[in-house]
Amino acid sequence: MSDIIRRDPRAEWIARNRLHPLHAAMQPTQLSWMGPNGVLRKNVHGVGFIGPNGIKRIDRSGEQQAGASKRTASVAVQLPLHQVAAPAFYIAVVPDMVGGRLSSHDRDLLGLAHQLAGTDGAVLAVVFGESKETAFATAGVDRLLLLDSQGYAPEQQVVGLRAVDNQFAPKHWLLPDSRNGGGELGRRMAASLGERPATRVWQVKDGQCVGRAGAGLQDLAQPVPRLILAAVECAEPVSETRHEALEVELSTDAPRCLPRIEDLGAVDVDPAAIPMAEAEFILSGGNGVKDWALFHKTAAALGATEGASRVAVDDGFMDRDRQVGASGTWVTARVYVAVGISGAIQHLQGIGACDKVVAINLDPACDMIKRADLSVIGDGEAVLQALIAAVDNWRHGAKQDAA
Amino acid sequence: MSIATVALVSIGAHPASGRARRAEHDARAVELGLQLAGDSLHVLHAGNPHEPALRAYLGMGLSELHVLEQSDGNDAVPILRDYLRESGVQLVLAGSQAETGEGSGMLPYLLAEQLGWPLVVGVAQIESIHNGVALVLQALPRGQRRRLKVRLPFLATVDNAAPKARQSAYGPATRGEIDVEAVEVVIDDLSTQGAFQAAKPRPKRLKVIKAKSGADRMKAATAKAAGGSGQVLKGVSAEEGAQAILKLLIEEGVVR
Ligand SMILES: Cc1cc2nc3c(=O)[nH]c(=O)nc-3n(C[C@H](O)[C@H](O)[C@H](O)COP(=O)(O)OP(=O)(O)OC[C@H]3O[C@@H](n4cnc5c(N)ncnc54)[C@H](O)[C@@H]3O)c2cc1C
Repeated sequence: MSDIIRRDPRAEWIARNRLHPLHAAMQPTQLSWMGPNGVLRKNVHGVGFIGPNGIKRIDRSGEQQAGASKRTASVAVQLPLHQVAAPAFYIAVVPDMVGGRLSSHDRDLLGLAHQLAGTDGAVLAVVFGESKETAFATAGVDRLLLLDSQGYAPEQQVVGLRAVDNQFAPKHWLLPDSRNGGGELGRRMAASLGERPATRVWQVKDGQCVGRAGAGLQDLAQPVPRLILAAVECAEPVSETRHEALEVELSTDAPRCLPRIEDLGAVDVDPAAIPMAEAEFILSGGNGVKDWALFHKTAAALGATEGASRVAVDDGFMDRDRQVGASGTWVTARVYVAVGISGAIQHLQGIGACDKVVAINLDPACDMIKRADLSVIGDGEAVLQALIAAVDNWRHGAKQDAA
Repeated sequence: MSIATVALVSIGAHPASGRARRAEHDARAVELGLQLAGDSLHVLHAGNPHEPALRAYLGMGLSELHVLEQSDGNDAVPILRDYLRESGVQLVLAGSQAETGEGSGMLPYLLAEQLGWPLVVGVAQIESIHNGVALVLQALPRGQRRRLKVRLPFLATVDNAAPKARQSAYGPATRGEIDVEAVEVVIDDLSTQGAFQAAKPRPKRLKVIKAKSGADRMKAATAKAAGGSGQVLKGVSAEEGAQAILKLLIEEGVVR
């Protein structure tokens, strides 16, 4: 780096403008610090700032306004660590882990678990199968227990949970009352333990829990039982602390039980028959798609539900009920592939709930790329063609491997 | 297929008016049973035999309906369990959640546990039953389906993914017979602990922005979709791009 001091009028302007979004990032770094020998060191050159007409200004009021500092990328704030060295008791949570990650329902549940754990208890998350989650610590997991499980094996999972119950004797068990497996697993476990769970719980307060009853016209209030199946938004997720997420293990492996229900695997369903708002995987086309036959072929090859931007719908290439966005459908897909869509705000609103977004676009500066987790800059047509070929290849390869 | 099949039914409540009606999920269970077993389907209710809404099930084309008589607040599990154990049934169909009372959806689970039968939840279709082995399509969220193989006897619950219940006709509903059986009653203890109250509307969750300064709040309010850690592949060939996309799709498990 050169030693020449270069002024950045824009940075200075931002530093003076307390309302600017980047204002905080433009503040000078440390002015004084404790030296190695216990002497307070000061950076005298850091004091003050260069005013608009090139004269150094020192603001003695304490309200430093400097643009002279080097640009620093905004640092990620380190949340305080919440440690439970010797837990007095455990609160066990069995998250759904849809797609191997904590869902927002799971996070709400972890928040509720912390309410119940207070400062002495530890939250133990019991996770089945492979997990891709990297944020257990910030989601509020104190102890993490990974149990392996393959396919649909609720009976084996209940055996696993009972082993956990024997070893950790959790004060409460929390499961999401969802259709993603939590509701079923929780009820199976309740039946197996012979305990009465509280279901569809949406509030836990002062030793009482309230859950929806019947067809939703009534609430049932009862003392908090040991087993809780909680609804979405039952509590605020953990956001102000970081947790250890220490891995623990079962002292003895859970016994194998003979599965009475055999999983023969997923069945192909017609992706076009799945309502768009529910679809898990959407391939969406916009104004950048010229060859619609190829687009439909790609969707069929991938087994994706089709979506479209408003321009594609207005131009008559897609049906109105396929429109994604503010004036179309708000989708909840886990994976959303956008081909030739620029990412107008009305469109981005519609995909706010999507987990992974893939963009294929010619323009590297468009807003869709900023939203996407993976972007390929290139001609949509060529990429779609290559994608069809790659999928075919992969399917054949996979079949040969299996054979 | 003439497998001894029982459908368990309860009294439902209309979601808006609260009026008694046939329960939506239970009616679907009856429908599935009628498709499988036809006239030999045995429909069973534990509760009040004089409830008029029960006749709505008869209106689906049943000639009779069996009722194990008990009053409100009694536990249905033990009497159903004893009845099923002695009747030699092979397949029991039930709705996944009652529309009145607690509606915890525990009954099929408790029955299966106490009978020692496997339980399949959220059945969309029973494809075939051969040599005592059934192939069952299970409904998963997001319109997906899974095929399961399970040995008879078993218990299955159905929800909205199962075939839609046929309409109930008035003539058959009045003609059908209700066959009442008196049973010993078991008191349910929930009535002593829990309290039912009118459902409170749940507050919408507010988007809370935890910002220390005005600038942070401004940023949170005005920020566009965060330019995150997205990976951008620029200047690669279409094939390489496609490979990268396919890798992500396979990792996420959406391409099979
Ligand atoms: C009140 C209102 C409501 C609206 N509601 C919605 C809504 O619900 N949903 C919605 O989608 N829109 C909605 N819009 C419209 C929205 O503002 C945009 O106009 C629209 O989303 C743009 O669609 P697009 O991205 O397909 O087209 P464009 O903005 O034209 O983008 C085309 C993209 O394709 C790329 N491209 C071009 N050729 C290729 C190629 N060969 N290969 C790869 N990429 C290529 C271009 O780089 C560009 O990024 C609404 C607008 C208004 C005013």
